[in-house]
Amino acid sequence: MSAVTRHRLLLLLPLAVFLILGGYFALGLTKDPSKLPSMLIDKPAPTFTLPGLSAGEKGLSNADLMGKVQLINVFASWCAPCRVEHPLLMRLAKEDGVTIHGINYKDKPEAAQAFLDQMGNPFTSIGADKDGRVAIDFGVYGVPETYVIDKQGRVRYRHVGPLMPFDMEETILPMIRELSK
Amino acid sequence: MIGWLGRFFSSSSPRKRGPSVSGVCRDIGHIGADRASRWVPAFAGMTVVKALAVSTLAMFLSLPALAVMPDEKLTDPAMEARAREISKELRCLVCQNQSIDDSNADLARDLRVLVRERLVAGDSNEQVITYVHDRYGDFVLLRPPVTGYTALLWGGPFVLLALAGFGTALYMRQRRRDVETMPAPVLTADEEARLVALLNEDKPGDGR
Repeated sequence: MSAVTRHRLLLLLPLAVFLILGGYFALGLTKDPSKLPSMLIDKPAPTFTLPGLSAGEKGLSNADLMGKVQLINVFASWCAPCRVEHPLLMRLAKEDGVTIHGINYKDKPEAAQAFLDQMGNPFTSIGADKDGRVAIDFGVYGVPETYVIDKQGRVRYRHVGPLMPFDMEETILPMIRELSK
Repeated sequence: MIGWLGRFFSSSSPRKRGPSVSGVCRDIGHIGADRASRWVPAFAGMTVVKALAVSTLAMFLSLPALAVMPDEKLTDPAMEARAREISKELRCLVCQNQSIDDSNADLARDLRVLVRERLVAGDSNEQVITYVHDRYGDFVLLRPPVTGYTALLWGGPFVLLALAGFGTALYMRQRRRDVETMPAPVLTADEEARLVALLNEDKPGDGR
């Protein structure tokens, strides 16, 4: 390679660097830095026992998570995005027949009850996590979060933030179908 | 940033102040990306001088904010010091650029309390950090461990430095070679004459 050709190629270097960096940053833009990976993927759900919302009510424990594919939804009455996704959970429970368990995160039981009376109750059972400790065991860092649990009681997927119809159709429902086979 | 500077320097514009947004990070649930879009600078509507005076004053008056509440503290000072040390290593998952020691978020508070409980239960510092790490992953560590996944993060700067050094060395070598192999300049007769004239200009005794 002659010196001249080499110099010509060198002129393209800034362009190459720009393209590499630009590609890298463009890729970064498509990712949401606030969404963190879960440590529990493909691992058994943590061991926990939570009381129900009111004294007589059945709570939720990890023993309830065995046997079939189901969802756990971490919610709170004070959480605005939970209200946004709630109709979707209702539809999922009613129309698609998906079992959804609720973990009521750092909430007043009466406020949670009012929320469910107003918006409907899609949950098969609800555990009241008043101090948020079980949520920490799940690695929850905000509400709402939704977990897909398989037949063996293992966590297979975590969705951070409110569920949107798109997430439901593209990810959650196909996954439930796949795992239920 | 440009907009911010623009507003900062557009002295006393009659712009209305938007809804006040506190600088405190709290968990209000996972929200969309428009979190910061309604942010309005605290200086909006002030003159430049006033804004500068206020910010300078604030700079000198402010103390490092402490997120740790008195009721969270342990009575044993040594153990409390260990708890602070651990808390500084753990990232707040809500505020993400703060440690749980700095953050006002509820989750950070819960984690601070959890750290202290583990310490009281007899855990070592490493055990406490492992406990939190098991639940929240590498992201919770403000000093991520060196693994295959984080190798680029840790090694990247050094690789870049080595590449830059290598490139510079190559360039310098090439340049030196170019200088060495460059043919000695040959002057035309005309240039030779001008050079002689220039050199003779400053000679003493030429009468100038």
